[in-house]
Amino acid sequence: MAKVPVQFTLNGSEKAEFVDSGTTLLHALRDKIGDTSPKGGCHQGSCGACSVIIDGELRLSCLTLAETCDGAVISTTSGLSDSGVLHPLQRAFLDTFATQCGFCTPGMIMAAKVLLDHTPNPSRDEVVEALSGNICRCTGYEPIIQAVLTVARSNSQNAA
Amino acid sequence: MAIRRGRGVAAINYPTGMNLGGDPTQALVHSTPTGNFMVTLSSVDLGQGMKQIMAQICAETIGVPTDRVVVDTADTDTGPHCMGTFASRGTHRAGNAVIQAAREARQVMLEVAAEELEVNASDLETDGQGNILVKGAPQKSISIFDVALSAHFKRGRSISGRGMFLIPRSYPEKETGAMKPSTCYAHACTVAEVEVDDETGEVTVLTVKNVFEIGRALNPKMVEQQLVGGSWMGISHALYETTEPYYPNRDHGGTDFNQYLMPGPGDLAETEIIVLERPSADGPYGAKGPGEMCANPQIPAVANAVFDAVGVRIDTLPITPERILRALKAQAAN
Repeated sequence: MAKVPVQFTLNGSEKAEFVDSGTTLLHALRDKIGDTSPKGGCHQGSCGACSVIIDGELRLSCLTLAETCDGAVISTTSGLSDSGVLHPLQRAFLDTFATQCGFCTPGMIMAAKVLLDHTPNPSRDEVVEALSGNICRCTGYEPIIQAVLTVARSNSQNAA
Repeated sequence: MAIRRGRGVAAINYPTGMNLGGDPTQALVHSTPTGNFMVTLSSVDLGQGMKQIMAQICAETIGVPTDRVVVDTADTDTGPHCMGTFASRGTHRAGNAVIQAAREARQVMLEVAAEELEVNASDLETDGQGNILVKGAPQKSISIFDVALSAHFKRGRSISGRGMFLIPRSYPEKETGAMKPSTCYAHACTVAEVEVDDETGEVTVLTVKNVFEIGRALNPKMVEQQLVGGSWMGISHALYETTEPYYPNRDHGGTDFNQYLMPGPGDLAETEIIVLERPSADGPYGAKGPGEMCANPQIPAVANAVFDAVGVRIDTLPITPERILRALKAQAAN
């Protein structure tokens, strides 16, 4: 089968790949481009570990075909830190002990980032809603909710 | 038909480790040429923080900052023997082995420093910042960096130690059956408040208040993290999780983890955690095993709260709406 050319922007840099038609974005990112921050948990869209941001929206990379991302702007957790300085969400996840085994963490951070990009000062209910597509099996979710609320509080202080 | 509220309490003792054919863990500690310390283990970090705790224990024993210690748990084929990460034994067993190995390494380190400083090793102490000082004369000192260089390149010494912690096999006494199957016990008590809809059988956990007695908390934030997650897992055991809903009939059994139900972020009960520290006599720096027991007392507490709410005893887990409705029906028929 003919390969399909795909070009997109990943974390600020241009990527060009030939992929088999039907290749998922998750597979293209992890196994062809080498960005292993999106995790393959269930491969059927129910765990959220593969979440990435495509053109500003939270998407499941395991259910997104790579060939549909031509020209897209894609962000993953591996692109969040800036010259070794952690993104506020990454720092908050560390500070509130919101990660244990770590497998869900990149997807959680992507979901939280999209929430905060759209809603800088979310309520607890909005945080819960935003994280509800992501499964964690270590923390009991509360530390993750607290991490996101910590960044939200700091957003509101900076705005004030 | 109504929403009925109930409250249940449960308390547990929980053993650290187990005793089938003896319960060993071994550890090796050695210094690099620059005075960092390697801890080699076959014990596995599952995300509970084993590497951090072992680094702390080694650093505390040798007298160096924690960031000077690297923990290698890479390979059970080549590492020193460990029975494994289970039965809440990791911190207790591996921690004791690391203390023993680190003490031996510290002794060699002090002997090399004594030769360099031309003093008696027993007159030396560490400052915890990477230096070795003469007691009472701290101006006379040497960095552990320089001690390691001397050991490696000048004195031909290996700053290293071996650690072995074994709980021997315990056989039951013939007359009484008494035995010592495990070592120190952690304790916990939970009070759960629930609402039960006696029309649908649905249970909502309102609050979970937990007290855990876990020996000394070697890393209090990580202990809290484990207990918060564990309390949630206990609720999950009580109300959600099963692979065999109609065991032994496989019909309706889940086929993968997508069908293995656990509460999501919108299903959380208000949770309180209180930690009591009663250092254990045989634990590393007083630690016990808080790992698995933190997800235990919530289960009977919820079952008792359901009984308090609607008067039925559910003795099969998980406590599903179906089981509650069947029990209510049987209760009404009697």
